Amino acid sequence: MTEKPSHTVGGQSNRTWKKPPFISNPVVRYSLMAGIAVYLYWAFSSLPFDWARIAEGLPRAGRIFGGAIPPNFERSDLLMKGFKESFQIAFLATLLGVSLSVPIAVMAAKNVAPKPIYLLGRSLIIVSRSFHPVIVAILFVAAVGFGPFAGILTLTLYSIGFVAKLLAEEIEEIDWGQVEAMKSVGAGYFKTLIYGVFPQVLPRQIGLSMYQLDSNLRASAVVGIVGAGGIGGTLMNAFGRYDYDFAFAILLLIIGIILVSEGISGWVRKKIW
Amino acid sequence: MLKISNLEKRYGKNEPVLKGLDLTVDGSSVVSIVGASGAGKSTLLRCINRLVEPTSGRIQLNGLDLVDLRGAELRRARRKIGMVFQGFNLIDRLTVMENVLSGRLGYVSLYRAITRKYPQSDIDRAFHLMERVGIDHYANKRADQLSGGERQRVAVVRALMQEPEILLADEPTASLDPKTSQQIMSLLQALASEMDLPVLINIHNVTQARMYTDRIVGMRHGQMIFDGGPKDFNQDALDAIYGGIESPDEQGQTIETAPAAEGASV
Repeated sequence: MTEKPSHTVGGQSNRTWKKPPFISNPVVRYSLMAGIAVYLYWAFSSLPFDWARIAEGLPRAGRIFGGAIPPNFERSDLLMKGFKESFQIAFLATLLGVSLSVPIAVMAAKNVAPKPIYLLGRSLIIVSRSFHPVIVAILFVAAVGFGPFAGILTLTLYSIGFVAKLLAEEIEEIDWGQVEAMKSVGAGYFKTLIYGVFPQVLPRQIGLSMYQLDSNLRASAVVGIVGAGGIGGTLMNAFGRYDYDFAFAILLLIIGIILVSEGISGWVRKKIW
Repeated sequence: MLKISNLEKRYGKNEPVLKGLDLTVDGSSVVSIVGASGAGKSTLLRCINRLVEPTSGRIQLNGLDLVDLRGAELRRARRKIGMVFQGFNLIDRLTVMENVLSGRLGYVSLYRAITRKYPQSDIDRAFHLMERVGIDHYANKRADQLSGGERQRVAVVRALMQEPEILLADEPTASLDPKTSQQIMSLLQALASEMDLPVLINIHNVTQARMYTDRIVGMRHGQMIFDGGPKDFNQDALDAIYGGIESPDEQGQTIETAPAAEGASV
């Protein structure tokens, strides 16, 4: 208490202040900047940009796009059949994936699962997240054959990876007081889950499910390309037969459906909170 | 009768929070536990229903040893110990009625709990208790739409639904405004005598402790340093409990002397 307070109002007035830099050590800061600059230069100078080939390809691209206009909706029965299958894949996979993700999320939440179960739950999530759906689809097509069943399995796994991970994180952040209250009335593990945990994560789970349905609709078109059923297969065939106008029609419809589903899922997520 | 003997609690390798505490509560007495933050009040209450595991010592409720219970036995014992929290700890997204009925979770089957098909006697008891504390018209409202005082009433009713043999209240009024907190204190006092229920209340507000409880227990550094009626709770007792630490009740007076006293007490 011997030194004077240094914040005397109206005292020295030409003190300045600057926001402290993100990385406080100047050596680290500047060498990091230099490193990034060197890397970018190296990356761009060593990339095999073949300008001649790009110039050659441009007219071909023009031809493809030219052939795609106007889009051809004549084979609408084929179009509808493909989309119907894609919808079925997406809905079933979402339903299955979301239902399975609930127990897996509980297993993978540190605050409600014992250590060995937690590790098992986490590994399940890591496994289902480690490959892109297209790779998973290739595996499942090889395992169960061409068609929508492979697509359903693929997207179910994809849904588990995403929904269970985010739901587990949500469970880890719940208000623990509600859980304590349920413990204090003498509720067992499952009753505590149902009363103390699930109501807290329910809106999030509904939001995630809507988002996942949206995402599965999109992905169902992609996995179809490798033979897992749905509109993706139709699209692939159209490309293969140079039916660019039909392919363009499919793409337009995909865009339209994604827009609509995104709108609906956004609206539902807003309502549910 | 609640009988606590030589209770010790230590978190990890730190200084124990409770150091060999003895406390006996009989009949339907309302006991307040006062003490500065960190004195171990909350740990004491949580050891009783085992939300916190005691390190050593004995806790008996009506002859039943609570410390060594496991699994189903522990849950059966917890049914008989009602608890009210500072933050209410209601299930915000469920209705008031569901919250109240959740006090019966220790008694009903998992199927009944999931489907909300509680026995008629539970529903009757729920309405009766809600009428008693004046929240019956909120039965189908979501719990998070109620005011603080109303929510604490729901929490009290939830605890009473357990048909408890003792009620623990961990700073039940600390998140409420002064008037509402008086209402809750007088409600707890009235319910204790109506239901012949012993009540243990952790409380920061010394004035309310004097006014609404039959007995005051003062704690400091994990030990009981005062035990007596509200009349015996004088300035000396207050100084012994809060000495050197500002009492939340008298912030205005003690805040200036606090820095000086701090040096002396360490």
